[in-house]
Amino acid sequence: MSDPVEARGSGATDLFAGDTSTRRRRRGVIVKFGLLTALMVAVAALVTLIITILNSSFGLVAVESSRPPSELVAGLGYPPDTDLEDLTKQELVLLLGREISTNLGRRFEREQRFFDDRLVFEDPNVLNDLCMSGETPAACWLPARSRDDVQALVVERVVEPTIVGTWSFLQSTFNRGEIRAQTAVDHPEAELVFRSWLSWDFVTSPQSPVPDTAGIRTALLGSLWVVLITLVFSFPIGVGAAIYLEEYARENRLNSIIQTNINNLAGVPSIIYGMLGLAIFVRTMEVFTSGSFLSGGGGTTANGRTIVSAGLTLGLLILPLIIINAQEAIRAVPGSLRQAGMALGSTKWQTVRAHVLPNALPGILTGTILAVARALGETAPLVVVGASTFITIDPEGPFSKFTVLPIQIYQWTSRPQDEFRNIAAAAILVLLVLLLTLNTAAVLLRNRYSRRA
Amino acid sequence: MTVSLRKKRRPGEAVIRGFLFIAAALSILTTVGIVFELGKEALLFFRTEEASMAEFLSSTHWQPAILDFGIWPLVLATLTTSVMAMIVALPVGLATAIFLSEYATPRVRGLMKPILEVLAGIPTVVYGYFALTFMTPLLRSIFGVSLVEIFNTASAGIVVGILIIPLVSSMSEDALHAVPLSLREASYGVGATKLETSLRVVLPAALSGITAAFVVSISRAIGETMVVAIAAGAGPKNFTFGEDSLFGYILNPFVAGETMTGHIVRISGGDLSYNSIDYNSIFAIGLALFVITLLLNVVSRRFVARFREVYE
Repeated sequence: MSDPVEARGSGATDLFAGDTSTRRRRRGVIVKFGLLTALMVAVAALVTLIITILNSSFGLVAVESSRPPSELVAGLGYPPDTDLEDLTKQELVLLLGREISTNLGRRFEREQRFFDDRLVFEDPNVLNDLCMSGETPAACWLPARSRDDVQALVVERVVEPTIVGTWSFLQSTFNRGEIRAQTAVDHPEAELVFRSWLSWDFVTSPQSPVPDTAGIRTALLGSLWVVLITLVFSFPIGVGAAIYLEEYARENRLNSIIQTNINNLAGVPSIIYGMLGLAIFVRTMEVFTSGSFLSGGGGTTANGRTIVSAGLTLGLLILPLIIINAQEAIRAVPGSLRQAGMALGSTKWQTVRAHVLPNALPGILTGTILAVARALGETAPLVVVGASTFITIDPEGPFSKFTVLPIQIYQWTSRPQDEFRNIAAAAILVLLVLLLTLNTAAVLLRNRYSRRA
Repeated sequence: MTVSLRKKRRPGEAVIRGFLFIAAALSILTTVGIVFELGKEALLFFRTEEASMAEFLSSTHWQPAILDFGIWPLVLATLTTSVMAMIVALPVGLATAIFLSEYATPRVRGLMKPILEVLAGIPTVVYGYFALTFMTPLLRSIFGVSLVEIFNTASAGIVVGILIIPLVSSMSEDALHAVPLSLREASYGVGATKLETSLRVVLPAALSGITAAFVVSISRAIGETMVVAIAAGAGPKNFTFGEDSLFGYILNPFVAGETMTGHIVRISGGDLSYNSIDYNSIFAIGLALFVITLLLNVVSRRFVARFREVYE
């Protein structure tokens, strides 16, 4: 409230100062703090949410290995605290040779050679014969394994780490001694390490049934593909509809029905859009959305449950949001601009294209970015449309099977094991960072735009 | 030479206008699509021998395995989570709105509005994670592990409430903001305190807008999916009046229950073949959900229109 009003209010109470007014004022102060508390509840909810997620994304893990790395490096004559990272490729292959059976070694070498110039496990004649025969294993034409590849093999086949316990960040920080003692009793062989579940490896590795090595690469690419289709579909249509309603539509029954309908669509639960997508895009339009109209009936194994179907479904979902936001942006363009355009003899469309749209563009883009952020976080409609539960192959195009980041989070959250909760939290962090970036972009755009106006 | 004063034909303009109209009319097509597809599959469902409209609307058991299709267990869970959500969201959201609109300095408001916007922008699946990993353990530690099941409607409902606080507060604040300054000044003029002005003058004046906010929030809570799918339970809470204890089981929010939305997600997340009764049944539930939320939204729009008429 403005100051003069405030002054007048307090002046009035002073004038009739007495017991009742003190009590009334005191009650006012109490209620004010009550209201403030409510606001703080909302803030506390947000803070708790973020702490909960950070808390699960980092923390101690107890790792039990069938052959601890310290033993392995000691076998090579290094001090036990040497890291596997410090070994050369030759030494790693030597380790592998000592620890795995020759048969397994041969199999690995047929998949891909360890060295270009010599063979470690396989007989050169046998491999030559194989390469001459029809089978031609991959080793015949692939270059030799890299050092990191060999190290990954050593970890996977020799060290064989398994996570036997995980603790949250807060537990790890405040109860470290207790955790150490308990682990020493429960898993004497295990080693306690502090682990960030969110890592570059996590972002770039494909999905895996083992939480330790699982990543979000597939889901992240899926999300980007789906959002791309959503945007390509809903942006032109949404802006077109907004232009029609604001610039062209006369006030008649049909147009008012269209407007009311758009407002109502904005309030339809997202899962209903999922069912619409399932019925229309996945089922009725399967020939198109499965991509089989391109390949002449062969198609993919995805039926209609593809990126295209998901993108179009989300496109329908955010269409009302884009239209409503774009309408507001167009409405904010001053009428004088339109009149000036018309007075110079330009047609309606010329006026819209040259004057209205450029002026409304920042507002339209802000609204679109926020709508895309909404699409990026949607889960329920995509479960209904039929996101794949487990795929490890990167999506190749609009007709691939898909999974998206929120779906991945949902699936990991639904698993009972602790480690899946940890990677779900890490995936949530990635999603929130993406959304925060989009929202910041929208806010910056809005601020720049409103300063100019 | 004569100058033609007739309007020049411009076919390009007509084409553009046509495209723009089609873009706008697509929204009608979306609605028709929703009504048609949901209606068609629901009709197929009611036409089957195993299910009937009467059973759907009256039975308190949803057990597809033995061909029992009564929507009430799902509706009951939806109502429980929605009521829990409203208990959280209405007081907090409304109080926040009153504080921001009537008490907060511009600086505080500038700080708090983005926080509420962030709260509104967090994906619902993240709230689901929050319900399962924070709210449920919290409730279990307060009320006891024996009383609170791992999956329960209370935890999901409270978190849905948190999720719709920003919706309640921003819509209510708009309504409060639309109340003319003159009303407040008149109130101060006759010696009312700030509290009396806010609660007895501004609040009643904004009542229709606030009611609209409440109704939209209920609709949002009913349609909310991921939180309940993750935290509320993965099986319909079948019940029989008389046999099951009313407060111990039927209305007990600490018991697991599957909402309408939760059921749709669980069934469609599995391997679902078209033309099966399961496939058709989720469309019947979807239709019920669509009708309920649409009605609530229309009612809310009426309320908004009323306060616009008065003050604008």
